[in-house]
Parts: sequence; structure tokens; C-alpha cells
Amino acid sequence: MKLSRKARSGIAGYLFLTPWLLGLLAFTAIPMIASLYFSFTDYDMLTDPVWSGINNYKALFADPKFRSSLVVTFKFVFISVPLQLAFALFIAVILKQDRRGAKIYRAIYYLPSLFGGSVAVAILWKELFNKEGVFNQILGVFGIEGINWIATPSTALNTLIVLAVWQFGASMVIFLSSLKQIPQDYYEAATIDGASKPKQFFSITLPLLTPMVFFNVVMQIINAFQSFTSAYIVSGGTGGPMDSTLFYSLYLYTKGFRQFSMGYASAMAWILLLIIGVVTALLFASAKKWVYYD
Amino acid sequence: MAKRRFKTFCVHFFIILFGLIMLYPLLWMLSASFKTSTEIFQGTNFFPEAPTFDSYVQGWEGIMGIPFWQFFANSFTIVLFVMLGNIISCLPTAYAFSKLKFPLRSLWFTIMMGTLMLPMHVKLIPTYIVFNNLGWVNTFLPMIVPSFFATQGFFIFLMTQYMRGLPKELDEAATVDGCGPFRSFIQITVPLSVPAIVTTAIFSFLWTWNDFFTQNIYLTETKKYTVSMALRQFTDAMGNSSWGALFAMSVLSLIPLFLMFVLFQSYLVDGITAGSVKG
Repeated sequence: MKLSRKARSGIAGYLFLTPWLLGLLAFTAIPMIASLYFSFTDYDMLTDPVWSGINNYKALFADPKFRSSLVVTFKFVFISVPLQLAFALFIAVILKQDRRGAKIYRAIYYLPSLFGGSVAVAILWKELFNKEGVFNQILGVFGIEGINWIATPSTALNTLIVLAVWQFGASMVIFLSSLKQIPQDYYEAATIDGASKPKQFFSITLPLLTPMVFFNVVMQIINAFQSFTSAYIVSGGTGGPMDSTLFYSLYLYTKGFRQFSMGYASAMAWILLLIIGVVTALLFASAKKWVYYD
Repeated sequence: MAKRRFKTFCVHFFIILFGLIMLYPLLWMLSASFKTSTEIFQGTNFFPEAPTFDSYVQGWEGIMGIPFWQFFANSFTIVLFVMLGNIISCLPTAYAFSKLKFPLRSLWFTIMMGTLMLPMHVKLIPTYIVFNNLGWVNTFLPMIVPSFFATQGFFIFLMTQYMRGLPKELDEAATVDGCGPFRSFIQITVPLSVPAIVTTAIFSFLWTWNDFFTQNIYLTETKKYTVSMALRQFTDAMGNSSWGALFAMSVLSLIPLFLMFVLFQSYLVDGITAGSVKG
């Protein structure tokens, strides 16, 4: 029997897709369903899961640590992401002109993004904002006596925000490449019409960049909600002082892998999915208002 | 003219000054790694008074009787397999999405893009339980095996975009010559996709090297630790006398990333901007 070309291509398509389909099933679809199920059970990994209905969810909303981890994470996400993108955009606009040394400048600003997610840099950060740390040494030069920024509840989160904003380089690289795609004649025409540089920025550059800004906002927010390493290392795994750096992800880890409340941690995972879903949906809904598509 | 030159000077001055502030923490750590531990905290100079490799020697001895090279070997082992897995599993997937017509293709592609937005936590606990039951905890398999099943959607997306940009005429000519999809995949698409493969390899390297969350969950015995985990262990196990060693090993841990950056900068930029292509 001879198969038609269309049928052969269809079979070939699924053959090529097999590894991915298996992976989707084994490492995404089934685990997701299982974790949804676990979220309605009591499960400590030693004994079988016991159905407990919505008890985990009820317990979550009564749990002050859960609430504070939400507040900490929201603060982190909604302060660090806009700041990071603002820096990225600002520096990208400055670096856009092919100045001498543009490549080296770009490399310098990108380096923190390359290293920033590592344990090594998190350790460095812990040292940097210590009582005797580099930051206070610099303040000392100006005659200011600094505090231990890491150990003070009101400032600990800020050090992590600074660490996140410091890594604006990757977004800057994206902005740079889309800035270069803006046709030069737009600016020439605007100059002839007598538009000033700031006016050109707000009526040409920014609108044309909004699709890229939108893409970055979405991806960075999704990533920021899952931040873990920096808080874990800087707080020594506790999320302290006084839960001020207890990121959602860190609390979930503590519940699941320190206290082995797997049901509780699964419920937390699904709430995180829900939060990210809602935030992303809101962003997409808002896109019609401010993202410019030509 | 003079005014303009002054303006250019100011801009360069600002860029360099701000760049130095950005890099200062990293440069400080580099310098500290050549200082004695007392000098790190009591000295006031940026540059070490008498540069010494003592911290490197002390750090290289490792922790709990395990030499530090072991952690590098562990990290490199995981990284190499993950790179390999991502490449050989994402290539055929991307080929199917970009070059073959089959029922439900766009649905599957949408699902794949959807997985990019999933927080890993919703898969974490059941996956951990399964790997635990398989006896894979405290082995490298939980990090490696999923990569052989194209679980990193970003790389599929990257390769699909790339393959879509390859000239169609080549495939058509191959089909006319009686070349089936398998031969045209191996002989035409894969050789032409080398840049996308390199970008995938680099990002697999960077992400796996920097990963801490997964490794921290699955690896329990010091001898299996990766560099990330060993550094964290270092902060727990030491007193004030070994800050120098900690910084020295931190610097070493960043060198592979830096080398990747120096050697493959243009591929890195390709990867970062991959998502920015419209469509």
C-alpha cells in the first residue's frame, strides 16, 4: 500500500515530535495533574496521600507566613521589574548611537546579567551589604555610618531588589536590537518638522518599542515570581530577618522539602500558577491600551 | 563644535562611570580573592597589598574532605549531558514545527509556547516523588533525563524560528530528488542550523551552571555536589578565616561563564534577542 504524500508527512511529523510529546506527558502534563490532586490531600511522602478536600487551601489563607510571602513577592516583582526595564531602556537609548567603544560598553552592562543568577554573586551580595561590607565602607567615605542592610527587616528586601535591577543587561540587549530596527528616516522627518529630541523619544522611539517592552514585562514578571536563589543564599535559607525576604518560592520549598508537607506545597504551587495566569491575563488585556502594533 | 565635543565627552564619561559602579562589586570580589582574610575586612585599599594565591589554594582543598575539583567535575558532567540532551531532542521537535505539515500542528505549538509560561513549581513535587521512587535522588539523572525529552520550550522556540528562516528551495529541491523528511532533516536542516545549535548549547550551559534550585533538591551527598551547592555549603561550614577562600572559589565558578561570554558573544546576543523577532 502506498500512502499519500500528505499522510506520509503527517506520520513523519508525529515521529519527529515523539520525544517532545513523551516529555510533555511525563514531565509536564501528568505531574501537573498529580500536583493538583496532591493539593487536595495530606501527604508527607512516608504514608499514602489522604484526601482532605480544600483543607490545604483553607489553611493557606489562614497562614500569616503565606500572606507575608505573598506581600514580599509582590513587592519584589512590582518594584524590581519596572526599575530593571527603565534602566535597560535608558541605557539602551544612550548606547544606541554607534559610538566608539559601543561594543565594550554593551559588554560591561551585560556582564551582571550573565553572573547575576549565580550562587557566587548572591554570596557576594551578602558580603556587600553587611555591617562591615563594601557598601558601608563607601558610605563611610562620605561620613555616613551604615547599618547591616541584610539583617534589618526594613532593608533586606531592598538589597535583593537592587540585585535584580543590577541585572538589567539582558533586557538592554533586547531593546538595543529593536532600537536599531527603527528606520532612521522617521527621525529625519521629525527633525525637519522641528521635533525636539525628547519629543522624538516619546512620539517615535517609545511607541515603536512598546511591543518589546510588553514582551519583556511579561517574561520578567513570570521569572521574578519564581525567584529563589538570591533570597535563599542571602538569608541563609530562612527568608529572614522576620520573613522580610521570604519569597513565595522559598516558602514553598520550606514547606515541601524541609517540612515534607507535600499537599500544602502543591496547593501553593497551584495558587502561584493562578496568580501568574491572572497577572499575565491582565497584562494582555492592558496591552490594547498601550502597546503599539503597526 | 566645541560644545558638541564636550557633550560627547560627558556622555562617554557617564557611561564609563556608571559601568564602573555596576562592575565594582565583581571587581571587588576579584581583588578580595587575592587578599588575606584579615586584609579583606580590615584593609582599606582596593588593590591587595601583597597579592597571594593562598585563598585559591585553601579553597581548592574543598569541604568535608572533598576536593573542590570534584564539584567542578560534577557541574561539568551535568552541563555536558544537558547540552547534549537539549540539542538532540529539540532539533527534531523544531524541525517538525517548522518544516512538516501534520494535523494539530498549530495547537501543539501553542501548547509548547504555553509551557514557557508555566512556573516549574506545579510540576516539581510529583516529579520529585517519581524520581525518589526510581532511586534517582542523589544522582545526576533528575537534571539530565528531562533534557532528552525537549522539556526546555525556549530552545524549541529558538530553533523553530531559525529553521523557518532557512530557504524553502533547498527542501523542495531535496523532495524533487526523492529525499524523505528524515534525510532532508539530517542532510540539509541540521547542518544549516549550526548557529541555533550553538546558541542552544551556550544557554544550556549558562542555565545549568547557574542552577541551584533543582540541584539543591536532588543532590544530598557532599561528594555529588555541584559548584553552586559547594559554594553555599562553604558559607555554612566556615568561620571568618575562610572568606578569602570563599571568594576565590566564587571567582573560579564564574570563569566558565565568562569564557562562554568572551568566545560566543554574538551567539549569546542571538539567544537573548530570539524572542524579539516579531511573529
